[in-house]
Amino acid sequence: MSEAAIKPRIEKIPLKEQIFQKLPVFLVPMLALAGLIAIGNPSSWLTLTVAGLAMGMMIFIMASGLTVVFGLMDVINFGHGAFVAVGAFVGFTVLAWLAGWTASPSVMLNLAAVLIAILAAMLITGLLGLAFERVIVMPVYGEHLKQILVTMGGLIVAQQMIYVVWGPDELHISRPQALQGSFVIGEAAIEKYRLVAVAIGLVLFVAMRHILKKTKIGLLVRAGVENGEMVEALGYRIRRLFLIVFMTGSALAGLGGVMWGLYQETITAHMGSEIMVLVFIVVIIGGLGSVEGCFIGAMLVGLLANYTAFLAPKVALISTIALMVVILMWRPQGLYPVVKAK
Amino acid sequence: MMADALLSLSGVHTHIGPYHILQGVDLKVPEGGVTVLLGRNGAGKTTTLRTIMGLWTASKGDIRFDDHVITRLATPEISRRGIALVPEDMGIFTDLTVAENMILAAASGPMDAKRLSWIKELFPPIGTFWNSSAGTLSGGQKQMLSVARAIIEPRRLILIDEPTKGLAPAIIKAMTDALRELKETDTTILLVEQNFAMASSIGDTVAVMDDGRIIHSGSMKELAGNAALQEKLMGLSLEAHQ
Repeated sequence: MSEAAIKPRIEKIPLKEQIFQKLPVFLVPMLALAGLIAIGNPSSWLTLTVAGLAMGMMIFIMASGLTVVFGLMDVINFGHGAFVAVGAFVGFTVLAWLAGWTASPSVMLNLAAVLIAILAAMLITGLLGLAFERVIVMPVYGEHLKQILVTMGGLIVAQQMIYVVWGPDELHISRPQALQGSFVIGEAAIEKYRLVAVAIGLVLFVAMRHILKKTKIGLLVRAGVENGEMVEALGYRIRRLFLIVFMTGSALAGLGGVMWGLYQETITAHMGSEIMVLVFIVVIIGGLGSVEGCFIGAMLVGLLANYTAFLAPKVALISTIALMVVILMWRPQGLYPVVKAK
Repeated sequence: MMADALLSLSGVHTHIGPYHILQGVDLKVPEGGVTVLLGRNGAGKTTTLRTIMGLWTASKGDIRFDDHVITRLATPEISRRGIALVPEDMGIFTDLTVAENMILAAASGPMDAKRLSWIKELFPPIGTFWNSSAGTLSGGQKQMLSVARAIIEPRRLILIDEPTKGLAPAIIKAMTDALRELKETDTTILLVEQNFAMASSIGDTVAVMDDGRIIHSGSMKELAGNAALQEKLMGLSLEAHQ
């Protein structure tokens, strides 16, 4: 085939379209700037911004698995909150076993205890995800109404199982010594734990982006989100891929559960279903199936919730819903809608 | 038709929801060369390809490939047996680059450098836009990528669904030349094509479908040289489409 005859050329995306595509990236700094102007005091703003980013990171950790699961297999999992709650209870149990380590003045022992708690929570929720997918989700592929009903049912069963194993009362636990207290920068007090949450969230986001962009399994997930049928036609078992993604998403929810539990220092069997409201808002704002959109949406929700709680506590109750409404009026498919060929 | 068929369909029925699309398809695709599947819109050509590939399951009948029944196999298993599909909508992953599309298509391992360089010669835009997003390619380039993906690993049978649909004449000619070269590599091609001039120029055998059944099969030479038969089978004449 002669290249000259065909004159290869690539369709150029108009500048206006390119700016429109990149615009969501600037929303987080724009909101932070607007927060600074509205709050006025830089110290309060810094404290609130770190708190907002930490909250956003934890929501992102819980929401990222849900959005990829939806993108890849069109599965709406209302039971995702079960993994958050179970993860938190498993993590708290491990931390209670390791009370000697968490109370120790040694930072290394403190962090080791948290790490073991996180790994245990992720392992258990990952396995729970395996059972959930095989027993509850697999029979209802392609049927959204049934998915909503049975996954809600799965959530209720999981909550009742928590009552059976850990009892009906809420659990309290203090953060390990090293994660208590704040750093003081000028007049701003920044909680150590929130910085840790921001760091873990950032590491996770970078790792997820790397896996999705640079590894074959990541390519398969991205390709599967767009056209699962074609992925199968190329010789890959997309159901197996989906199971891996579902288990990973469940494990991440478990991680988020431990982190959210340590943030609140109190956990209940219903914490998963309560946090799911925010998680769904983030997933919808980001564009169903989009990890990048989910990340930006989580940061926006975290920052806005903290700014409005400081500026107008009554408005804070509706601020995240209002944010979702505004974003959907601007971009009805969310910030980064996923292109689907199905 | 020839006895040593690489692929054969016997009495294949396919239902999609309430619709009975394939109503007893009998088709033999001889090994080597190009078999063209012709027929008007809605005759069941695409459904036939998708049923062979396992994307839709036959409700009745047998599909045999290389003397093995593949009727109930899952799509990935059918692919691993050496059948590739170039679907009508091309099935390009637009969120991925051209390179990433090709990497995924090489399902059994890293791409063979020699084969890749042959493909780049066959379809120069694949090399030119190697690191570009596949979503930004033109329609013709996407079609080339779709075919390139199907042949990045040696395949025994390639199912190609209307590769010239909506393409400019220069691209159609280029695609025809590429398929002709592919034909020389002992790859068997089952081609669904509406462009009779193109189909008749590369086809060795032909089957004509109507209402979910094969109503004629034979050599392409015979059909291309018989305007009355074309008129009877498809309501068209070769001259009108050249």
